[in-house]
Amino acid sequence: MAVNPEIQGRVFPPTAPYLVGREKVREFSRAVFATDPINLDPEAARAAGHADVVAPPTFAVVVQETALAQLLAEPGTGIDFSRVVHGDQRFSFSRPIVAGDELTATLTVAAVKSLGAHSMVTAETNIVDADGAHVVTATSTLVVRGDE
Amino acid sequence: MTQAPDLTTLSVGDVVAEATFPLTRDSLVRYAGASGDFNPIHYRDDVAASVGLPGVLAHGMLTMGLAVQPVVAWAGDPARIIDYQVRFTRPVVVDPAEGALVTVVAKVGQLDADAGTARIDLTVSAAGQTVLGKAQAQVSLAR
Repeated sequence: MAVNPEIQGRVFPPTAPYLVGREKVREFSRAVFATDPINLDPEAARAAGHADVVAPPTFAVVVQETALAQLLAEPGTGIDFSRVVHGDQRFSFSRPIVAGDELTATLTVAAVKSLGAHSMVTAETNIVDADGAHVVTATSTLVVRGDE
Repeated sequence: MTQAPDLTTLSVGDVVAEATFPLTRDSLVRYAGASGDFNPIHYRDDVAASVGLPGVLAHGMLTMGLAVQPVVAWAGDPARIIDYQVRFTRPVVVDPAEGALVTVVAKVGQLDADAGTARIDLTVSAAGQTVLGKAQAQVSLAR
């Protein structure tokens, strides 16, 4: 089944707030080989002017994932998860993610394109803090493989 | 605060960082737990084989996540990375015994003196082939 082109422009409801934990940031940092003390040590982070440990740039994917789960669970999109390949990914920051942040993600289906038998779905996830201020936009293109 | 690299001393084409990351199956399990991405193609040979893959693959987001770390080390603060994008062009196959080596070379791609930013272009390879395309980090060197 092809991806339903009518999902282009669709905006999903904001996700439940995600509270960024200090130990989660440290765990994620170790997993991506981040060794900067600003990622790991609250004192080093404060000395550099941050409220707490700073998450590595790609940590935003954890929050994006909660929004993508909504899209993948939605009936009628024609997106078969077993055929999805991650095509590209981008993070554009207004400020870094720091432990203690409470983040909410809102996903917009920015584009649906066909490429032969395949479809490309571009999902733009706008991530804001507890005050509603923009933190990062995570843009992900999913390639949905069609029948060969 | 760590001083940012001085933009005026940089030229397009300068190599600012290089690193090699040895990945093992342990690395993949660790990333699965940290990220919440438990797709079994990243830790089960039988599942990887059943969907026609050449072996267990590293998470693309793990490769993206580690590839920017040499740039963070050069910039002196992870908060200086203000934009980061990659295209996933080839999978990284992680052998159960031998693992895989991912190498990163980070070069200055573009400088914007007015904005105080440098675009750092990453060449990321495994087994002699590049695995990411258009891998670019915008770094703010203004402070």
